[in-house]
Amino acid sequence: MNAPVEPHQPSQRKKSLQLQLQGVDVQFGPYMALKQIDLNVYAGERVAFVGANGSGKSTLLRVIHGVLPVSSGQVHWQSGVQQSMVFQRPHMLRTSVVNFVALALWLQGVPWRAAKEQAMQALQQVGLQDVAGRNAKTLSGGQQQRLAFARALAVHPQCMLLDEPTSSLDPHAKREVERIMEHWIAENSSTLLFSSHNLGQVKRLASRVIYLEGGRVLADLPTEQFFQQPLEKSHPEAHLFLRGERV
Amino acid sequence: MSSLTDSASAAIDLITQQDPMLWSVVARSLWVSLWATAIASATGICFGAWLAVSRFYGRGVLLTLLNTLLALPSVVVGLVVYLLLSRSGPLGYLGWLFSLKAMVMAQSVLVFPVVAALTRQCVEDADRLHGEQLQSLGAGAGLRSLLLVWDERYVFLTIVITAFGRAISEVGAVMVVGGNIEGFTRVMTTAIALETSKGDLPLALALGLVLLTVVLCLNILVAALKNWCLRLDGATVDPLQKVWV
Repeated sequence: MNAPVEPHQPSQRKKSLQLQLQGVDVQFGPYMALKQIDLNVYAGERVAFVGANGSGKSTLLRVIHGVLPVSSGQVHWQSGVQQSMVFQRPHMLRTSVVNFVALALWLQGVPWRAAKEQAMQALQQVGLQDVAGRNAKTLSGGQQQRLAFARALAVHPQCMLLDEPTSSLDPHAKREVERIMEHWIAENSSTLLFSSHNLGQVKRLASRVIYLEGGRVLADLPTEQFFQQPLEKSHPEAHLFLRGERV
Repeated sequence: MSSLTDSASAAIDLITQQDPMLWSVVARSLWVSLWATAIASATGICFGAWLAVSRFYGRGVLLTLLNTLLALPSVVVGLVVYLLLSRSGPLGYLGWLFSLKAMVMAQSVLVFPVVAALTRQCVEDADRLHGEQLQSLGAGAGLRSLLLVWDERYVFLTIVITAFGRAISEVGAVMVVGGNIEGFTRVMTTAIALETSKGDLPLALALGLVLLTVVLCLNILVAALKNWCLRLDGATVDPLQKVWV
C-alpha cells in the first residue's frame, strides 16, 4: 500500500478553493477505477493529470465534470463556477459548425439568435469562421478538436477540463490546438484541468502535476518539482513513469 | 416454371392494362400501410428513444417484452384488435370494425414494436458513444434522446422502411379486422390470399409481383431522398447506394 499523498497547496493563499474531492471512489462492476481520491483545486490553477493508460485520468475528469457518478465520496464545486469539457474524441452532431457551437449556448439558456452570434465569435477564436456553414461531421480531426474548443470557450468557462485533447491529432493539428490552449491560458486566469501523455505539453502548460496509477493519486507536485527534483525516494512510481518504465 | 412465367406476364398485363380494380387495391394497401407506418413511427421512435436513455426499475423486463413483441404473429394482433373493436369490446363504440381504420390500427400495433425496438437499440448505442458529451452541454435525458434521434436521422429512414415492409406484407391482421371486402377493405395481401384459395395461382403470383414492384419503387424513392439529404449535408454518400440511385 502506498502512503497517502499530501495534497498540493498553492503558494498564493489568496486563491479561492474552486473544487474539492473527498474520498472519491468509482467502481465499474468489480473494477475500482478510482480509489479514495482527495483533491483540492484552487482558482486559476493549471493542473495536469498524468499516468499510464487505465490509470484513471479520464475517469477522474468525467467525475469532476459531473457526467460520471461517484460510487462513494463527494465532489464539491464552488457555487456558480461555469465549467466546460473537451473530450478526447469529440462527437460532432450532424449539423453546421456554427449551429454546433450555438447549441451549447442555447442549452445554457441563451436565445438562439444571440447564441449564433456568440458562436461565430467563438469560431473566430479558433480560426474556424470560414467553415461556419459546413457540416461539422465533414471537418478533419484537427478542425473537429478546434471546434470542440470553440464550443467549450463559447460559454466562457471559469474552469476548462481537457481529456487528452491532442492525443489523436497529427503534429500540425496538435500544434494548432496547443496554440489555442496557450492563448486561452494567457488571456484568462481561469482554471485548467487536463490529462495528457505528452510530458512536454504538461511542462509547458501545467503549474501542478498529479500522477495517477491504478486509480490512486501517487504524486501531487508543482510542475518544476515533478520534473526537476529527484523523485526516486519520495515518489518512486512517478520516477519510473518519467523514465518510461511504468506501464 | 410455366406458372412463374405465366405469373410474370400476367403481372405485366395487370400493370399495363391499368386495371382500375388492381390500382384501387394497390392504393388501398398503400393508404393503410403508410398511415400505419406513420403512426407506429411517430409513437415508436418517441417511445424507443425514451427507453434508450431512461433508467428505471423494471426496464430490463420491458426491454425483453418489447423484443418478444417483434415476433408477434399478425393473426394474434388481428384477433386482439378485433376483440377490442367488436361491438361488445371496449372500443366497440368507435364502429371501426371491417373498415380501413381498423386495418390501420392493427398494422400500427403490429409495426410499433419493430420501430420501438430498433430505435431503442440505435439511440442506446449512440448514447453510449456520445451521450456523455451531450450531457456535458447540459442536455437532460429527454433532450439528449431527441438530439440523438436527430443526429441518427438517416438510420431512421431504414427503420421506417423496415416498418413499412412489415406492414404492407402482412395478411393475417388486416384479414381479421378488415374482412377482405371487395372494393372496400381488400388490399394486396388479402387479394393474394383469396386468389390462392380460389386456385388462381398465376393471378396470385402476379399480384405478389405488383406488390414487390410497388415496395421497390418506394424504397428507391426513400434511398434517393436519403442521398439527396446526405449531399445537402455535405457528407460522403455510401458508394453502394450510388449504384442503386
